[in-house]
Amino acid sequence: MAKIRETKLPGVGVRHEFKTEAGDHIGTITHRSGQRDLLIFDRKDPDACATVLRLQEEDSRMLTELLGGSQVEQNQDTVRQTVGGVVLDWLPITGTWSCANCSIQDTGLLERTGVTIVAVMRDGNLIPAPEPQFPLQPDDMAVVVGTADGIAQARALLRTGDSSGNSASSGAASSGGR
Amino acid sequence: MKQGSETAAHTDIASIFIELGAVIVALALLARLATKLGLTPIPFYLIAGVLVSKGGLLPLHFSEQFIDVGAEIGVILLLFMLGLEYTGEELGSSLRRGLRAGVLDLALNITPGIAIGLLLGWRPLAALLLGGVTYISSSSIIAKVLGDLGRLGNRETPVVLSVLVLEDLAMAVYLPLIAVLLLGQGLLAGAASIGIALGTVILVLMLALKHGGIFSRVVAHRSDEVVLLTTFGMVLLVAGVAQRLQISAAVGAFLVGLALSGTVADQARTLFEPLRDLFAAIFFLFVGLQIVPASIPAVLLLALGLALLTSVTKIVTGWIAAGWDGVAVRGRVRAGTALVARGEFSVVIAGLGGSVEPRLAPLAAAYVLLMAITGPILARFAEPMASFVQSRQRRTESEHTSEAPAVSTG
Repeated sequence: MAKIRETKLPGVGVRHEFKTEAGDHIGTITHRSGQRDLLIFDRKDPDACATVLRLQEEDSRMLTELLGGSQVEQNQDTVRQTVGGVVLDWLPITGTWSCANCSIQDTGLLERTGVTIVAVMRDGNLIPAPEPQFPLQPDDMAVVVGTADGIAQARALLRTGDSSGNSASSGAASSGGR
Repeated sequence: MKQGSETAAHTDIASIFIELGAVIVALALLARLATKLGLTPIPFYLIAGVLVSKGGLLPLHFSEQFIDVGAEIGVILLLFMLGLEYTGEELGSSLRRGLRAGVLDLALNITPGIAIGLLLGWRPLAALLLGGVTYISSSSIIAKVLGDLGRLGNRETPVVLSVLVLEDLAMAVYLPLIAVLLLGQGLLAGAASIGIALGTVILVLMLALKHGGIFSRVVAHRSDEVVLLTTFGMVLLVAGVAQRLQISAAVGAFLVGLALSGTVADQARTLFEPLRDLFAAIFFLFVGLQIVPASIPAVLLLALGLALLTSVTKIVTGWIAAGWDGVAVRGRVRAGTALVARGEFSVVIAGLGGSVEPRLAPLAAAYVLLMAITGPILARFAEPMASFVQSRQRRTESEHTSEAPAVSTG
């Protein structure tokens, strides 16, 4: 995984940058207004940007969606945010997961792993604080909060129906490099 | 009560509205023109002011007192918005990372102004004011140029921005210093007042940065109206108290801006931007009004020389500072040329010294006129200049068969 460098730009926002596998230097500027710039650095002049794409909030969402999908699954570890030991993570539910089409209560998530589903993203809409009876569907994105271990168990539980994570037979491969 | 005085007041108001309205419409047309040319409207406002001043082409009669208050509010809002721009964290990290560049910037760019002032036989205070005029780059022009040219992501940009932040922070020390010196006390009393003023500013600065959160929470409200009134009231109050304490109203406003943070700061920024633009335009107009048109030709050559000299010193500043950050030749040229533009705060400083040196305002106006226009142009054409420098350097390097070229490719 490439290392992301963060630079504060006083009065503007924050710049993040990293080197791609192919050796290109790319980055983003998050403006305080919410606007993002997508930066592609110049190969000949590494201090300058060859291309600066100005993305409004809507554009960034669109691009994230296009790049997202399979990417999000692979990079789950980088997406998660840790605040004082509590981890916020995104779990993309696919049709092959055992929890698809059953309610949150049925999964026994909270009892068995201590992890709470605080929101569900469905078709681009955020459903905050879903009820225990809320049915999970394929292509939902579950926003979960818990300890790091709890979330690892939760992922296994939602995928295979077993929180121990040992029943790898059913598809640990799909979770990518963890 | 009395019929006569009432109608008199009426016609007075009517003529004020008509004249002020006409002037502001004219400013709007100038701002349109400036935007079309891709320039900042500030110099145009100044010229407009000169044109409608007493000795100008189209002298107006409205009461200067009326516009004076507007202009003062303009200065306060300019500084308030400047304080809003930065969070305490940004100031802290700029201070840590960019202090060396900031000191270099101060040394290289305040000196030419002071030196020229003294050479002209001005009083030391007037020379110090001229130093301030040449020292402070225009953060608004430069931020806009960097954005327009797509350079915000560049490696040299953090250096440029931190130089700007430190200049703005330096204003918090410089303005109270000038305010005390303008009082013209004796050496000892003056030194004591300066100590007190700077101590107060630093104390309030610390408080604003440490406990600004509390202040922001007090101001916060979901209604824009409430936030607008609370903030504007606070800014005026603090500015007034600061002025009373001889610290300078502008610095008070700057400190209020710094103390606000988070979402309230964002809200205030959108609310005050139009207000700032309006009153700042009136301020620039007012500075223009104060200038006797006949005094301009005499200072024109001087302004040109000063512009040349201080363009070079800013380019050197950016060149060296970017070099410290490991930026290569082209980036160093970009950093240097980006810093050249002077603007609103040079005018603010010049506006303080009207009573000290009559030639300061016209000189500063002509100077800002040159710098606000050439600065962005220089920044734009830095790239070809940079390649020129680079090819020259390559040539000399190959002649001397020295080690690896300064620019790493990859």
